[in-house]
Amino acid sequence: MAKIIPQATILEKYFVTSTLPTQWCPGCGAGGIGHAVLQAIERMQLDPKKVVLVSGIGCNGHFTRHLRLDDLHVLHGRAPAVATGLKMARPDLEIIVIQGDGDAASIGGNHLIHAARRNIGITTIVSNNYIYGRTGGQYSPTTPKKSISTSSPFGLEDPPFELCNLMVGAGATFVARGTSYHIIQLIDLVERAIKHPGFAFLEVIAPCPTSYGRKNPETGITGPQMLQWQKENSVSIKKAAHMSEESLRGKIVTGILLDRIEPEYSAAYAKVRQRAQKGGLA
Amino acid sequence: MSREGLLLQGNEAVSEGAIAAGVRFFAGYPITPATEISEVMARRMPELGGTFLQMEDEIASISAVLGASCGGVKAMTASSGPGLALKAEGIGYAVCAEIPCLIVNVQRTGPGVGSVTPSQQDVMQAKWGPNSDNMIISLSPASIKECFWLAIRGVNLSEKYRVPVILLSDSFLGHMSEKIDLPSPEEIETMDRPRPTVAPEKYKAYDADINGVPPLANFGEGYAVRLVGNMHNKAGDYSRNPRDFDFLINRLHNKILTNLADICAYEEVEIDGADLVIVAYGIVSRAAKAAIRLAKNQGMRVGLFRPIVLWPFPTERLAEIGKKVGGILVAEMNMGQVIREVERTTRGEVPVAGLNRIDGLLINPLDILAKLKEMG
Repeated sequence: MAKIIPQATILEKYFVTSTLPTQWCPGCGAGGIGHAVLQAIERMQLDPKKVVLVSGIGCNGHFTRHLRLDDLHVLHGRAPAVATGLKMARPDLEIIVIQGDGDAASIGGNHLIHAARRNIGITTIVSNNYIYGRTGGQYSPTTPKKSISTSSPFGLEDPPFELCNLMVGAGATFVARGTSYHIIQLIDLVERAIKHPGFAFLEVIAPCPTSYGRKNPETGITGPQMLQWQKENSVSIKKAAHMSEESLRGKIVTGILLDRIEPEYSAAYAKVRQRAQKGGLA
Repeated sequence: MSREGLLLQGNEAVSEGAIAAGVRFFAGYPITPATEISEVMARRMPELGGTFLQMEDEIASISAVLGASCGGVKAMTASSGPGLALKAEGIGYAVCAEIPCLIVNVQRTGPGVGSVTPSQQDVMQAKWGPNSDNMIISLSPASIKECFWLAIRGVNLSEKYRVPVILLSDSFLGHMSEKIDLPSPEEIETMDRPRPTVAPEKYKAYDADINGVPPLANFGEGYAVRLVGNMHNKAGDYSRNPRDFDFLINRLHNKILTNLADICAYEEVEIDGADLVIVAYGIVSRAAKAAIRLAKNQGMRVGLFRPIVLWPFPTERLAEIGKKVGGILVAEMNMGQVIREVERTTRGEVPVAGLNRIDGLLINPLDILAKLKEMG
């Protein structure tokens, strides 16, 4: 664990303050995730000129509009595909994709799994708050069963995606999970994800008191209560290794779940160029 | 070095034209009758140090193209009607975010999945495919040579005006082979997006007057470029201000409509003194030229007006022609799409008739001749 950079430094260096305040509700997880991203960027001393944020549609994607960085705010779900094209055209850039659960797992699910499969060298951070917040609280593919939302007023029967498992299955080479509560760990996870040379996926369990908490009190109603719930229900991957499946049910397993090295796609494609320029496969 | 006397398919010529214009990124998805463009690019892009990507779907391929273009690499995709339906959201995004790109539609027949035979049924889709008011540029080649040159023109216009350009080929042109002499690189004019003239900290991605094309910095150059498909102000910040909406949507139109003299292109054949004029574009214009010769032999005076740029439509010139002739025949391989524009343009001042064919076969010069005789 490294040092935490003063917020004033982050604010001065990265924010276009004329765009503030944010549109987020009190208790939203988006600000904390954004802060963790900037802490990691600053701690790593990345050249801001070479950092590009590609953000999706949804509350969480609104983070990037406040920053003094290259920013492409794209169509709903398409961020991983846009980022793939950008990384292939400009492998010198550090590309961070910011999505929510609806954006990444539902309308953009196809792009997400294929970005993972290719092992394209981008970092995808998905805020999972179990709900479509921006449109007023409809259930998403990660919403737990029985949840009440504006589109499941009688309780949800759809089974949810387990996003990290999905990413492991799709071929991601770095998969991690953090929470809004464990902010110090989250900064470390963002840093590790950015440093990873291939496709890095980071799920962040985030509170949405306005659209989820108020209707589903068992995980907390207010922002602080939801963070408390995260604290009480999280288990580190290290600890989880010694726990039974039964005792892990309903728990948030945090930490780096997978970290392996495979050829990064934009670098691997250089071999295609070499073979093409030599005139064949030989 | 020029390459003379090549025998190329339209799909190959489009690819080579785009390459000559500087395209070094292609993302696509297999679809007949456009697949050959992908196949050519799968070889040519890596040979030239560029990138070819076969993406997971049509939406991903236009998305990847937009990403590459933001990085400063000229980028294109190609598909056919059903694929263009999927790409529509990305094209609309490119209109609003003002990201240059070339999209080729090798048109096929029919609604739904349709069939892979030729048509001109996506003319309106090119203009109105995405949601809302769209100001795009669309080009219509009539020969293999033109497939090459209009691909270049398409890339250039896209860069110059920060607008998506749709090249409307069809499955006949795409697969037809003709002789073509490819020019040497120095014979080709290429254009690049307008570059910022201000210091990076002063840069705004949408800073232009009401008719202007804002300069575009590439990602990774330190300009903190903010590109967005939402309604926005000059800085690219979200806006909920009606004045910003009004300014932006007007500017997106004006940047094209105040430059029609530069953008519009059409061919005229024997218009002076003609009693009747055929309006035809793309492959059908060749049947129209044959029909004009047949008509001449029979003592009729018939001209041809061929829009090479279909969108924006060449309203001004066609309105002039409409005042001088006794009738206009619009021959097209659809149920009547461009005829709507011709009628809007001529405002009832001249009789306008349509000759349509939608069975996947080409319009025959004899059918055009028969229709001309009917019109008298």
